[in-house]
Amino acid sequence: MIVTAGTTVEVRLPSRLGFEKVAMGTAASVAALMGFPSERIEDLKTAVAEACINAIEHGNHLNEQLSVGVILSATSDELEVKVIDNGSGIAKQPSKPDIDRKVHGEEDPRGMGMFLMQALVDEAEWVKDSKGKGSYVRLVIRLDKESD
Amino acid sequence: MQTETKATIDHISAPGGQSVTVLRFSGDISSSSKEPVLGAWQNVNGGGPVLLDFCKVDYINSSGIALIIQMLMEADKTGRKVAAFGLTPHFQKVFTMVGIAKYAGLYKDEPTALAAL
Repeated sequence: MIVTAGTTVEVRLPSRLGFEKVAMGTAASVAALMGFPSERIEDLKTAVAEACINAIEHGNHLNEQLSVGVILSATSDELEVKVIDNGSGIAKQPSKPDIDRKVHGEEDPRGMGMFLMQALVDEAEWVKDSKGKGSYVRLVIRLDKESD
Repeated sequence: MQTETKATIDHISAPGGQSVTVLRFSGDISSSSKEPVLGAWQNVNGGGPVLLDFCKVDYINSSGIALIIQMLMEADKTGRKVAAFGLTPHFQKVFTMVGIAKYAGLYKDEPTALAAL
């Protein structure tokens, strides 16, 4: 099986923590079929998991009546992943986590998700739906990026 | 969907004879892991160093990383040395990215971690 440009895969997840692993597995499978090296696939899995966790917790507030959409779109040289929820999106980008402040109790030990997404993929952006019906995170990894 | 977190506590000796506590985790480390992770830490006795064994951990997310930072907070209060081993190369990278490596040495396996204490 070969993933050709224009191939799209869609998954809908219940807003229940743990189901981000379904999206991770799907993204990993598509990326492997596209020929991404294992290191990049691991990066993508973590970024997709964090995007789904944010969508489940903060976008859909763990409301299991709502689902999280995950759309994977392949081109010849990149894989785009959109993670869609019913929330209003983020008001502003959080600052980079500061481990010293966290360890000394001056900053919440949580709040690493968005930082990890930005650090692990080639593009990460947060987009509000133009009609006010939700928001999505768009993640992109490119085939030509050298492995770490 | 999530694999249950389990934690066991071992007591071993470093090559120099120092008493070392090893917290051995298995399964996922995520938001549902608070009780096993922090509960294990609360059962660490004495003032010696602690090794965190991640050899059997399949998945760690940002909520799990926050729990590990909470262990480091407790260790920092008492000056207890902490090191970790058994992380995959990916999670070694992630732990370094978020700064955990500054407070806990990351080693490939238990003998290497013990030798570094």
